[in-house]
Amino acid sequence: MASHELNPNIWVDQYADYLFNYAVTRVSDSEIAKDLVQETFFAGLKSAKNYKGEAAERTWLIAILKRKVIDHYRKINSKKGKAEVRMNYNSSSDSDGDWLEEQVADPFSSMNDNILENEELGLAIQQCISKLPKKQSQVFVMKTIRGIDTEDICNELGINASNLWVMIHRARTALMGCLNKNWF
Amino acid sequence: MISCEKAAVICNKAQYNEASLMEKIKLKIHTFVCKTCAKHSKKNTKLTSLCNKANVQILSDEEKNAMKNILEGKK
Repeated sequence: MASHELNPNIWVDQYADYLFNYAVTRVSDSEIAKDLVQETFFAGLKSAKNYKGEAAERTWLIAILKRKVIDHYRKINSKKGKAEVRMNYNSSSDSDGDWLEEQVADPFSSMNDNILENEELGLAIQQCISKLPKKQSQVFVMKTIRGIDTEDICNELGINASNLWVMIHRARTALMGCLNKNWF
Repeated sequence: MISCEKAAVICNKAQYNEASLMEKIKLKIHTFVCKTCAKHSKKNTKLTSLCNKANVQILSDEEKNAMKNILEGKK
């Protein structure tokens, strides 16, 4: 019955980044996202006895987070009228083209094309990183995602530069394999 | 010519813009001859661009520790 049991002690280490990424792409504010992740852990802890072990721990937590995100939008939209779409009526006189066309033209649309795809990619990468051995993922995250200097990482972890590159190499090779399987 | 191991190290450094010009030239010559490394190098570069595109965000260690402490208190 071990698979039916949750392990809240490892939640933060194992899933915080994954959940945070999921939340931040939906609420686009890292502070709010952080709070939502925290609330998700609380809710998970509270209803841990309802966990039947049908889904993986992470899937179960994501399901809770999903509700938290919805609740968040409900809350900020609860005041009447807030959910209305407000149009900016363009009053400047130099625009003599088609009004409707001007309103719907979205200069950012080409940029936003891949938002969904990139979000899924981020989660896939996150998932692959979490499968790496602890030391490797630590080095990889520091170097690639936080962009810390090689020297600083070496000092902090007490390793030399060639150690670091070996770890980076192993991490990158493992990630390539993992992404090959899960992404392409 | 440099060994494949060395080429791999340079290739990884190049992903973080830490390879010198001389190293990059050595790598170019190596990948020109060694097809395995050329393939690896291409995949490695792809991984870098994927990581950049995905804009992965993470919580800092302090934030995580704070979370752990709060969770610990709730148990």
